[in-house]
Order: sequence, then C-alpha cells, then structure tokens
Amino acid sequence: MRWGLLRAAIASAATVPMIPAVASAHLVNTGLGPFYDGISHLTLTPEDLLPAIALALLAGLRGAYAGRLALFIFPASWLIGGLAGLAWPTVGTAPVPIAVGFILLGGLVATDANIKPSWVVVLAIGLGLFHGYLNGAAMSQARLGALGLGGIVAALFAVVALVAALVVALRPPWTRIAVRVAGSWIVAVGLLLLGWSLRAA
Amino acid sequence: MIGDHRTHAAFSARAMIRAALAMVVALWPVLAWAHAEQGRAAGFLAGVHHPISGLDHVLAMISVGLWGAQLGAPAIWLLPVTFPVVMAMGGMLGLLGVHLPGVEIGIIFSGIVLGLTVFAEWRPPMGLAAAIVGCFAVFHGHAHGVELPAGASGLTYSIGFVMTTGTLHAVGIGIGVIHRWGWGRLALRASGACVTTAGLFFLWKVLA
Repeated sequence: MRWGLLRAAIASAATVPMIPAVASAHLVNTGLGPFYDGISHLTLTPEDLLPAIALALLAGLRGAYAGRLALFIFPASWLIGGLAGLAWPTVGTAPVPIAVGFILLGGLVATDANIKPSWVVVLAIGLGLFHGYLNGAAMSQARLGALGLGGIVAALFAVVALVAALVVALRPPWTRIAVRVAGSWIVAVGLLLLGWSLRAA
Repeated sequence: MIGDHRTHAAFSARAMIRAALAMVVALWPVLAWAHAEQGRAAGFLAGVHHPISGLDHVLAMISVGLWGAQLGAPAIWLLPVTFPVVMAMGGMLGLLGVHLPGVEIGIIFSGIVLGLTVFAEWRPPMGLAAAIVGCFAVFHGHAHGVELPAGASGLTYSIGFVMTTGTLHAVGIGIGVIHRWGWGRLALRASGACVTTAGLFFLWKVLA
C-alpha cells in the first residue's frame, strides 16, 4: 500500500509538467455572484465537466472504495490546482492536454480497465491539478476569486458523488456496458477535439 | 364589503404574480446572453444536425445497429462502440486536412455493404465485423471533420454529432429487437435490402 501511494505521488508529480504555460480563461457570468458563477461554470463547460464525469465513471466501475477515494481526492486536487492558478495566473488555451485527458479517461472507461484504486487516485490528482489550475487562472482574470473556485469544487463534489454512486450501484450487466459505451463516446469526442485543436494550432 | 376586500386581495395577488412573471421574462435575455463565450450552442446544434443531414449517413449508422442486433452479444455493443471511435479518428484526419480519396463513394458503399450484411444476416468473425464497420466509419468521420462549420465550437460540435451518431445506432439496435421473432427476422432482412437499394440509388446519382 505504501509503495502504491509512493507510486501515486510520483506519477502525480509527473503530471505537473503538463500544466501549460498559458491557461484558458473561459467563464460564465450568471449575475448571481461568484459562487453560483463557479457552479454554472462547471455545469456549462464541457471541457471540465466531461473529464469529471469520465473520472467518476471510471471510479464507479472500479468499485465503492475507488469511488470514495475519487470523491474526496479529486475535488481537493482541483482546489489546490485552482489556488495555484489564482496565485500564478496565465491566460491562454490548453486544448491538446484536455483532449488527451478525454481520450485517456474515456479509453479506460470504454475498456473497463482493471486498474488499482491507487491509479484512480493518480488520475484524480493529475486531472484535478491540471483543470483546477486552468480554472483558477480564469477565475483570477475574471476577479471571481476563491469563492468562484469554491462553487466549482462544490459542484464537482456533487457530480462525482452522483455519477460514481450510480455506477457502483449498477447491477444488470447491460448497464455496465452502457457505461462503457459512454466511455467510448468520450474517447470519440476527445479525438475530435484533438484534431480541432491541432488544426487551430 | 368583506367580499370586495377578498376580491381585491385576490386581484392584487394575481397582479403581483403577473408582474413577477413579466419581470422574469424581461430579465431572461439578460441572464441568457451574459456569457463570456458565444457560439457554443450553435456548435452543438450543428453537430447534432450534421449526421442526420444526409440519408446516406443515417442509413449506414442505423444499419450498424441492425447488424449488431442480428449478431447479438458482444457485437450488439461492440459494433456501435467501434463506429463512433473510428469515425472520430476519421474526423480527426479530416480536421487536420489529411486528404482521403473517394470519401463520398466510401460513404455510399457503407450503406450498400452494411445493408447487404443485414439482408444476408451474415455472421463473420467478430474482428472482421468490427473491421468492416470501422473501415466505413473512417469515411463518415472524414466527411464530418472536413465539413466542420467555420466558427463553430469544436468541442460542442463534436459532442453533438457523437451523441447523434450513438443515438442512430441505438435506433438500429432498438429496431433490431424484433429479431427475436420469425417475422421480425424477415423484416430486418427486408430493411437491409432497402438500405442496399438506397445505397445503389445514391451511387447511381453520384456516377450519373
């Protein structure tokens, strides 16, 4: 278990170089205040919502223990990354790493990859830090601050809890296949996003 | 007097509700348009619409579901999973500007061949079935990628057309449920013949 956690920490640290030199500034303004802006940001931004759903699906497929780990570690990592983004913001876009994340997570869900819970932790930390950083940088530019980030993390917790719990509770075999089909759709979207990003570049 | 008062109170309550509704309606556009980003919904709708904009696409995608339903597990889910993923690879090639010869003919042949497989109720090895479906999916995806409308949000466009493609497969699988009955098997084979006929018609239109 100790070696597993060590590997998880090393692999998470390896994701830090993925943080781009520039971050995406995309925000939705509800007019209801920064906390609700944060909630609406997650629910209306597929770049953030789809990987969150994919991770929750993966964690759910891997069982209740992995689901519980992802439920707390993923939002916490997102928060830490967001705070880093607030502190050291840069402005720009990072669609290629986002697309790669779609393909990786969707592929793991589609193949129902039998990975250990420690690898779910690695993915949760890496994904959370990366997307959190992008969100924090955007929040900083939009002057929403930590409250907006809090809204995103709260919404993220709810999304992961609902999706992972739903998948854990699935019993009939065809429902598990439906989850894997959803994973394949995420892979497809990721491939197209990658092509679109490379074309734009 | 009391009755008048009640009537007046009820009228006031109704007036307040109407005023509140009017206020919500008046504020609605402000809330709806107060977005930092624009064009996302248009991109999504363009993506949803694109796969159903041509009958050749629609027939081929429904045929994948029909064939999967005829073959049963695991093809019933493996083929509809293969198609969108490989189609997305084709779409990526199209987006990157990689030239693929004979895309239109490939799409038309997908309808002809997939219709024939349904008509013949052909049962090849699973790998071969997936390869056939995947091969044709490249052509469909390439067409989608090349035709991405300018200014559309690439991500929401992609989500829209992957969802529509998957839904078309699901429609095929749903229709394919009738395969469990004798008359249903015949009806499915007849629908395969119809798809092939439509494909031949499209081919004739292209070549004429």
